Amino acid sequence: MTISDDILQRHGLTREEYQRIVDALKREPTLTELGIFSVMWSEHCSYKSSRVHLKTLPTTGSRVLQGPGENAGAVDIGEGLAAVFKIESHNHPSFIEPYQGAATGVGGIIRDIFTMGARPIALLNSLRFGPLDEPLVRRTFAGVVAGIAGYGNSIGIPTVGGEIAFDESYTGNPLVNVFCLGIAAHDEIIKGVASGVGNAVYYVGAKTGRDGIHGATMASAEFDEKSAEKRPAVQVGDPFMEKLLLEACLEVMKSDALVGIQDMGAAGLTCSTCEMGSRGDAGVDIDVSLVPQRETGMTPYEIMLSESQERMLMVVKRGREAEVERIFEKWDLHAVRVGEVTPDGKLRVRHRGEIVAEIPNRSLTDDAPLYRRPMAEPTYIKEAQQLSFDSLGNPPSERDAFWRLLSSPTVASKRWAYRQYDHMVRTNTLVLPGMGAGVVRVKGTSRALAMSVDCNGRFVYLDPYRGAELAVAEAARNVACAGALPIGATNCLNFGNPERPEIMWQFARAVEGMGAACRALDIPITGGNVSLYNETDGRAVLPTPVLGVVGLIEDARTVVRRAFRSQGDTVMLLGETRDELGGSEYLKVVHGAIRGVPPALDLTREAALHRVLIEGASAGVIRSAHDCAEGGFAITLAECCIGTGLGAQVDVPAVTSAVGSNNFSGITTLFSESASRVVVSVAPSAEAQFSELAARHNVPSRRIGVVRGTRVQVAIDGRSTLDESLADVEQTWNTAIERYLEPARAIA
Amino acid sequence: MKFAVVVFPGSNCDHDAHYAAQHVLGQQAEYIWHKETTLKGADAVILPGGFAHGDYLRTGAIARFSPIMAEVQKFAAAGGPVLGICNGFQVLLEAGLLPGAMLRNRSLKYQCEHVLIKVEQTDTPFTASCAAGQVLRIPIAHGEGNYYAEPEVIARLERNRQVVFRYTNAEGVATDDANPNGSVANIAGLCSEQRNVVGLMPHPERACEMALGSADGLILFESVIKAVTEGVVAAAR
Repeated sequence: MTISDDILQRHGLTREEYQRIVDALKREPTLTELGIFSVMWSEHCSYKSSRVHLKTLPTTGSRVLQGPGENAGAVDIGEGLAAVFKIESHNHPSFIEPYQGAATGVGGIIRDIFTMGARPIALLNSLRFGPLDEPLVRRTFAGVVAGIAGYGNSIGIPTVGGEIAFDESYTGNPLVNVFCLGIAAHDEIIKGVASGVGNAVYYVGAKTGRDGIHGATMASAEFDEKSAEKRPAVQVGDPFMEKLLLEACLEVMKSDALVGIQDMGAAGLTCSTCEMGSRGDAGVDIDVSLVPQRETGMTPYEIMLSESQERMLMVVKRGREAEVERIFEKWDLHAVRVGEVTPDGKLRVRHRGEIVAEIPNRSLTDDAPLYRRPMAEPTYIKEAQQLSFDSLGNPPSERDAFWRLLSSPTVASKRWAYRQYDHMVRTNTLVLPGMGAGVVRVKGTSRALAMSVDCNGRFVYLDPYRGAELAVAEAARNVACAGALPIGATNCLNFGNPERPEIMWQFARAVEGMGAACRALDIPITGGNVSLYNETDGRAVLPTPVLGVVGLIEDARTVVRRAFRSQGDTVMLLGETRDELGGSEYLKVVHGAIRGVPPALDLTREAALHRVLIEGASAGVIRSAHDCAEGGFAITLAECCIGTGLGAQVDVPAVTSAVGSNNFSGITTLFSESASRVVVSVAPSAEAQFSELAARHNVPSRRIGVVRGTRVQVAIDGRSTLDESLADVEQTWNTAIERYLEPARAIA
Repeated sequence: MKFAVVVFPGSNCDHDAHYAAQHVLGQQAEYIWHKETTLKGADAVILPGGFAHGDYLRTGAIARFSPIMAEVQKFAAAGGPVLGICNGFQVLLEAGLLPGAMLRNRSLKYQCEHVLIKVEQTDTPFTASCAAGQVLRIPIAHGEGNYYAEPEVIARLERNRQVVFRYTNAEGVATDDANPNGSVANIAGLCSEQRNVVGLMPHPERACEMALGSADGLILFESVIKAVTEGVVAAAR
């Protein structure tokens, strides 16, 4: 058969890659084989552009039970239990069909977790959209939120936290990253491996249809005006089916009858068969005519490439088949034997007995192409890092800027979204969404886990290395604020087209920064996901390497929340505010600029800060803690007051703005986004003890005021700057997003 | 005493009800799979929240055909205490154990948040320990909790004092602002004419520990434990 350039192009393969296929097979491929290679060698499945960089990330540590390479990573949380977690993107499908794209993203990551033998107990998400004044963006945003809710609520896993940010660069390419965490006993962790010649290979779950064919290939290309035509490549989710699969699989796993199990996510049956075989150094021989099908007349090509949701592939120990079938029967699911494990290391696909594909598993996985793509520092960086205050003109009053920031959707409450998520099911949620890190207790133990997903894309855009370091620091700081020791992380790296040297440079620098920060803070990355080609019509999204950090709290009773708790408590600021408006929310919201150099980060100081927070929490000294992020100190202080209705009266020293005119001094003091800062409240009687703790770790701390009254009052060097009604602050912050989406209701 | 927690394939608050009964309140609790045909000697039955069979049709519409529901009907007819929470309430409506139906929330969205409900009747096994007019802070989590019944039915429910819980403000006034989903007459929960079958949309099992934000839901469980141990309700087994 002759393979034309047109066929190769539709499969996203280059002529050179085609030649590699011929070399691997020592013959021309069949069309089915070509399809199988194309999905396995897609960027999405093969990580061909990113792998050389990802290898540099720290992935080991004393608590790591499972690093990258499996369906999810796992870390020890004590008492014989493991936290199993991962984050994954579903960006491209969510733009094409927001509800189903997001819903199936949730379904996919949940399967990754229970495939490991863990019961999923928490979901978080990290979302990016364009500005909400665009109707298309509102539709995408509302659809994504409804899709996440529709799937997570139905299956009964709480969505306990996350982050949402808005920027023009995401208008045509939203980011939907979903994080899931589950709990398993160490000895119950099960892997995606096929071994034991003659063991049966079973298919279970939903029937296979024509949906999602070439989804992985779609996720490995840029968007253009024809993207809507790709809608058939988005799958449709069935959370009820997944709920059945979840319960049935966990029940089967308890029986010890499985050798291995893997979900069929991207690249469906193709990926699960060859990856399981490859990991076990085994072959897998299946007959696709045995696969339950939803449509008639499906070809082997279509069956192998379908991305229908809610399907699993299992290898069952010989002699245990009936037992496994019985458990699935109980849940009204039918486990179907579709093949067996062979000794030859090949993926052999039959159709009614006749061989239609025969490929060495390793050529699809470990031996997939690997690119060290060319890199070049983007020309925009030097220019964008210049920040001239003179060119910004006179700043608004601090008050005016405060109110504008408070109602910026990136800063404001995400209540409109998380109210649609069941965040309490399973009765473990100790900290409700919208209040910093999500915290769930681990039933049967005294422990709790805190989780945070973070990234400020503006910082990464202006300096990929430091921006990624700052993302790590922020995520870790958020869990430390809850009193948790960061013990592991997962990353989701969202970038543009890696074939452009400047995008590849951003990627490589960000991975370096992420690795450096994780090493310094001793947080291994146990897995994750790379999403490239996040571009529409040649415009890339802000580089967005999201980091999800998991932290351990030994005693769940010591969890620290963000809101002030008692009138009269002392308000302390840990860390130092510097002249660092670069990349800030203030510059973006007030001056429409993404400019300057991101805040400096001293990782030793950051690590020391975390120790203060964790020790202070476990000693019961800290009554509330909240880190300074988008919007700087003033917004952080306001957020500390929201929730419990307790106001604050503080006085902070002025920061001198270095750049000529002093007009920006007040603005900088309130809205600079200097890293490694946390607003803490302590009982007056514990003030000395806390100051001593901070001093012992060499972390600057300053008493700045008291929890008092029902107003947010901030003075700078004695000059009253903000004196706002907390009720008004709370109303504005709570309803800012609602006002875009439900204008009539917000006015009423 | 012993609670039976019925498990439909799409139940997802079954663990939570079981945990509240067993770990928080120290009672016996047993999961009963929906295909079973015995309640195994339970003193009270909980139909938990979730999406019984996916609820792609009306919520709870298929669950009423599960084998266990015939047993629940018998148990209820004999005066045994039955509590339907959220989806469990929806199942009770579909099974005809309580009157009325659920519409989508008037927001057309799923809503998960704490709400306030007033206890209006204290002569049911699940509210006997409450003070009349007591306001409880308990979370809701549903997309279809907008209770509807025809005016004659509502009038009958009011006449028979079958409205057990109403969405109110902190002062116990049933205002429109306090109504999270558009339910007729702010109805959050009902009982049967015999008063032993109670259904409500809010989740008392999620409000049994202060660490989770509220312990106001405990009193529903404490009420039925007291009622059963003191022999106030019929031994329905």
